[in-house]
Amino acid sequence: MAKWKKVTIALSVGIMMLALAGCSGAKQETTTKPADKKIVLGFSQIGAESEWRTANTESIKASAQAAGIELKFSDAQQKQENQIKAIRSFIQQKVDVIAFSPVVETGWDAVLQEAKAAKIPVILTDRSIKMSSGNAEDYYVTFMGSDFVEEGRRAGKWLVDFMKKDNEAVNIVELQGTVGSAPAIDRKAGFEEILKQHANYKVIKSQTGDFTRAKGKEVMESFLKSAKADGQKIDVLYAHNDDMAIGAIQAIEEAGLKPGKDIIIVSIDGVKGAFEAMIAGKLNATIECSPLLGDQLMTATKDLVAGKTLDKRIVTKEGVFPAEVASKELPNRKY
Amino acid sequence: MIEMKDGHFYGVTIDILNRAAPLMLLAIGMTLVIATKGIDISVGSMIAISGAVVASLIGGKLEYVDGVKTLITLVPMPVAIITALLVTTLLGMWNGLLISKVGIQPIVATLILLVAGRGIAQLITQGQIITVYYKPFQFIGTGYILGLPFSLFVVGLVFGITFYAVRKTALGMFIESIGINAVASRFAGIKVSKYIFSVYAFSGLCAGLAGLIICSNVSSADGNNAGLFIELDAILAVSLGGNSLDGGRFSLVGSLIGALVIQSITTTIYALGVPPEITLVVKSIVVIIICLLQSAKFRKIVFSKWAQKRGIPSEKNAAKL
Repeated sequence: MAKWKKVTIALSVGIMMLALAGCSGAKQETTTKPADKKIVLGFSQIGAESEWRTANTESIKASAQAAGIELKFSDAQQKQENQIKAIRSFIQQKVDVIAFSPVVETGWDAVLQEAKAAKIPVILTDRSIKMSSGNAEDYYVTFMGSDFVEEGRRAGKWLVDFMKKDNEAVNIVELQGTVGSAPAIDRKAGFEEILKQHANYKVIKSQTGDFTRAKGKEVMESFLKSAKADGQKIDVLYAHNDDMAIGAIQAIEEAGLKPGKDIIIVSIDGVKGAFEAMIAGKLNATIECSPLLGDQLMTATKDLVAGKTLDKRIVTKEGVFPAEVASKELPNRKY
Repeated sequence: MIEMKDGHFYGVTIDILNRAAPLMLLAIGMTLVIATKGIDISVGSMIAISGAVVASLIGGKLEYVDGVKTLITLVPMPVAIITALLVTTLLGMWNGLLISKVGIQPIVATLILLVAGRGIAQLITQGQIITVYYKPFQFIGTGYILGLPFSLFVVGLVFGITFYAVRKTALGMFIESIGINAVASRFAGIKVSKYIFSVYAFSGLCAGLAGLIICSNVSSADGNNAGLFIELDAILAVSLGGNSLDGGRFSLVGSLIGALVIQSITTTIYALGVPPEITLVVKSIVVIIICLLQSAKFRKIVFSKWAQKRGIPSEKNAAKL
C-alpha cells in the first residue's frame, strides 16, 4: 500500500510539473509581442443574472471579434471577490485595457490602485463606483453606460403622464434591485425625484427583489397580502428591472388581480420578456436601458491604445416603450 | 388570514407553506445525511441543474409566426421531469460514491459539486434565463389540489415515504448508529457504505424535486440564482429542528418545522416592511435567539439564575442536595 502511495504521489507531482511547464511556455509566447499584436481587452462581467446581462455579454463578445480585439472574458457569478480576482489576473497578464461592470459600488480601492500602478487604463461599463477615500474618477478613464438616475426619472415621468391624477392618492410599491448596487440606488433616487413634485404619489412599500424573477414574485406576494391587511390599495408597481416585474406579474395574477389594469406596472431595461408581457397587456411600460454597448466599448479601447483621451462619461442611446408600441418593437429587440 | 380565492386557499400562511416547500424537501434529505454525520452542501447547485435540465428539455422557444404564438416543446413533460430527477439522483450518487467508497470527507466531496454544479447548470442553459411557456408545467409550483398548493403534496408524499422507511423499518436505526459510530456499526454487521451512498443519492433526489418546484413557480430556469445559498438554509433548518450536526439521533418533523420557521421569518420581514438594507441582520438576530433558546447550557445559565431568585432550586443545586 505504502509503496503504491509513493508511486501515485510521484506520478501526480510529475504530471503537475509537466502541466506547469506547459503553462510557462505558453506565457512566454504571449510576452514576446509580435509586431502587429492584437489589442487585448480584459473584461469582467457580473454574471448571467438576466436576459439583459446576457445581451450585454453577447454584444461585447461580438463587437470584440468584429473589431479584431482579443477579449479575455471572465464571469464573476455575482460575486465581488471573483471580479477582484479577475481584475488582478488581467493586471498580471498585462492586458492593454481593463473593463468591468462592478457588481457593487464600493470596495474597489485596492484593486484599482494596483491597476493604476500597472498603468493599465480601466473602463467602467453600465455601473459606477465609489471610493472610500479620494476621487473615484482618478481611477478610471471613462464610465460607459446608461444614466440610471435618468431612467428612474423617465419611469416617474411616464407614470405621472399615464395616470393623469393630480389630487387622488396613488399608492406605489417598489421592487428594488440588489441592495447597494448602483442601478438600485440611482433608479430609486431618480424615481423619487419626480414623485417629490407630486405629493399625491406615495411609495407605500419598498423591498429588494435582487433583480431576479423568483424574488420579485415572492416579495410581490407578500406586498399584496400585507397591503390588504393594512387596508391599502396598490395602484402601481415600479420594478427596478423587467425580470422582477415578470415575477411580480405572476404573483398579481395568482392573487386574482389583473396586472396592467388593476395594478399599473412600469419597469426598466426593455428585455424581450417585457415586450411579450406588454403585448399580453400585463405590463404598461418599460424604460429602455440598452446593454448593446459592445461597439462603443471597442471604439473606446482602440482610442485608448492609440493614446486618445476619452470623455469621462459616455451615455448609451435609450428610449421609453409604452405598451402601445410593443408588438411593433418586439421583432427589433436583440435582448 | 386565510380566505378562499378562485377555489383555493389564499393568504400569508399558504404563501409560507408554498414557499417553504423546496426548503422542506431539502431538509428531509439533509436530515438523513446529517444523521450519518455527513453534510451535503451541493443541494443548491443541484436545484439549479434540475431546473436547467427540465426547462431546456421542455423547450423555451416561443415563436411568433405571423403574429400567432407557437410553442415548441422538445420532449413530453413527464420525460423531462423524470430526466431532471434522474440527473440529480445520479449526482447525489456521485457524492455518495466519493464519500462512501473513496473516503473523501463529506464537506469536501460535496463542495466539488457545489462549485462545479452551477457551471454545469449554466452550460445547460448557456448562461441564459430559460423561460418555460408550457402551461401544464407551471402546475407543479403554482397549482392547487383541494385548495392547497400542489408543492405541499409533493412534500407530504416524500415525507410520508421517508418517515415510514426510517421509523417503521430498521433503516432509521441503522442511519443513527452509523452517525454515532460508523466503525462499530460496521462490526455489528451494518453495510455502512451502502447506507451512506443511499442517503446522498436520496438527498440528490430531494434537491431535484425542490429544483422542479422552484423552476416551475416562476416558469423559468436561472442557472445562476436558482437555489443560491439554499444549502445553508437547509442545514440551518435541520439544526433549528434540534438535530445535531454530529450525527446520530434525528427528527424529520423537527427539520420540517425548522424549514417553516426560516420561511416564516423571511415572509414576515417582507410583510413588516423592514428596510432591505437590514433584512439579513434581522433574520440573523432571530436565528441567533432561536439557537440560544435551544441551547441547554444557555437556558441553564440564564434561567437558573432567574429561578434561584425566585427560590426554585436549579438542577445543579438539586443534584447537590
